[in-house]
Amino acid sequence: MKYSALLISNLFRKKIRTVLTIGSFAVALFLFGLLAVVHGAFNQGVEVAGADRLVVINKVSIIQPLPISYKERLLRIPGVKAVTHANWFGGVYQDERNFFAQMAVDDETFRPMFPEFMIPNDQWQAYMSDREGAIVGADLAKRFKWKLGDRIPIKGTIFQGTWEFNIRAIYQGERVQDDTTQFWFHYKYLEERENPYWKGLIGWYTVKVANPDDSVRVARQIDETFSNSPWETKTDTEKAFAASFAKQAGNIGFLITSIGAVVFFTLLLVTGNTMAIAVRERVRDLAVLKAVGFSDLFVLVLVLAESLLIALIGGALGLGFAKLLTLNGDPTHGMLPFFYLSPQAVVTGFAVALGVGVVAGLLPAITAMKLNVVDALRRV
Amino acid sequence: MVRVDGGGSGSSLVQVRGLDKKYQRGSEEIHVLQGLNLDVDAGDFVAFMGPSGSGKTTLLNLMGGLDLPTAGTIRVAGDEITHLSARKLTEWRARHVGFVFQMYNLIPVLTAFQNVELPLLLTKLSKAERRRHVEVALEVVGLKDRMDHFPRQLSGGQEQRVGIARAIVADPTFLLCDEPTGDLDRKSADEIMDLIDRLVREHGKTVLLVTHDPVAADRAHVVLHLDKGVLVEGQTEGDRAGARS
Repeated sequence: MKYSALLISNLFRKKIRTVLTIGSFAVALFLFGLLAVVHGAFNQGVEVAGADRLVVINKVSIIQPLPISYKERLLRIPGVKAVTHANWFGGVYQDERNFFAQMAVDDETFRPMFPEFMIPNDQWQAYMSDREGAIVGADLAKRFKWKLGDRIPIKGTIFQGTWEFNIRAIYQGERVQDDTTQFWFHYKYLEERENPYWKGLIGWYTVKVANPDDSVRVARQIDETFSNSPWETKTDTEKAFAASFAKQAGNIGFLITSIGAVVFFTLLLVTGNTMAIAVRERVRDLAVLKAVGFSDLFVLVLVLAESLLIALIGGALGLGFAKLLTLNGDPTHGMLPFFYLSPQAVVTGFAVALGVGVVAGLLPAITAMKLNVVDALRRV
Repeated sequence: MVRVDGGGSGSSLVQVRGLDKKYQRGSEEIHVLQGLNLDVDAGDFVAFMGPSGSGKTTLLNLMGGLDLPTAGTIRVAGDEITHLSARKLTEWRARHVGFVFQMYNLIPVLTAFQNVELPLLLTKLSKAERRRHVEVALEVVGLKDRMDHFPRQLSGGQEQRVGIARAIVADPTFLLCDEPTGDLDRKSADEIMDLIDRLVREHGKTVLLVTHDPVAADRAHVVLHLDKGVLVEGQTEGDRAGARS
């Protein structure tokens, strides 16, 4: 890069201004990174949802139960391949701030329904042979420094009393975005210990369909099957279910887009102004370059490249800091278990930064390109 | 041999014929150069003098391909430059013209070495070759030991010498010097003129110099006067020596 000295040295012409401009990019991209992380955390369920899975909940609300007897009836519906069920436990481990999802699951059907959660066979066997056994996600185990064999007391809120569990298995996610912060235990343990009201009731069903293209029809047929019963159902694809769950916290996507747009527009004004000032201050230098034989196009590219370099450095710093922040995991004590800056978000961040760099540098670059050498040299 | 009557042979390095330049300032038309003819041979050292606004710098800009005439032609080393496109003219400047400015016009964020290297970035020379050329140019102007200094670390005279090194580093066809001593004290101005003189005598450079300074102009082979856009036949070194004796 024989022009690198020319390009880089200009950044040192006004060091404070360069640092501040790079700083504005860094702050904006840091914010972008964080927003992307939050957006990802809220939409993680949507991203990892199985295309061939449906979620069946009580039509009134997800907190209303469904009878376990529906399992056999669900299996009889054409197109349904497998059915499992789960209950939300909602207990507290040591402190209410230590939030994580706890679910009572059906042993026989749960594991094949969610193959993306990988459990070593020997650990699975250990879990199956212990009625108080529990399976925890790797991130959850890491968070509380749990290991196999640890006995974990959890205070019930929906289901009264203190419940003791033995950690028998630790699962990993197949993909980086798979949620490994959950806590599962035997539904039979819950059923045994809880008061008679809960006997034969579960929280929701997950249904695997034989053909994902058939999902809409199967969902409709499930709801029709249980219509006009005391426990009417509402069935959605797992993706739609996760999306509606995420929307309960508000339209995060819109919020993030709005904040991001305002931030980047402000950044555009700041950088555009900076580049315009930088070009105005260098009229003589640019005229000299042209006099010496550098083309108009070269001058245009030089100014644009400076703008892009600032965007690139600032973007790298901002996204780098955002990534660093996520390396320590979820800082919200379990509210955002999937606290991860994805490579796609990094690429998008860089693309946006470079886009702002180009747009901000374009007008000053065109001004520099059109600079008349004679006028510019006379002006100074 | 320098001629201003348009009667020069076709072999002149610079051949200017019927050069006109008009500017429009508001509703007023300013006729800066009027039907100017000039022939300059390779190795000539020509000084242009004249009052402010007489068109000296305009003439230099036209011969350097920085501006286009209203009418007339300029031929340099066989190239007719007045009809070249902006892109071709830029390429032509890079190959044929070395500019020396009154205000030195060094790029402040580049070292002396990097400033001198600028014209060579437009060539296909390797990094090592560029370095050799720059070192030679800086040696010619006596600043090889200052190559890593920034312009702010140099005196005005030294800055101008770096400017001259930048002008000669790509071995251009001719040097155009616009008041190169105009911003210097007498001593520094004399040193710069010594240097330009040496470039002509020892290195065979062709130099066209615009100046208000009669002492500087006295170094030239021929001094031409511009008045109201018209070139007046000048004095040669011999004429001036005769006048002094």
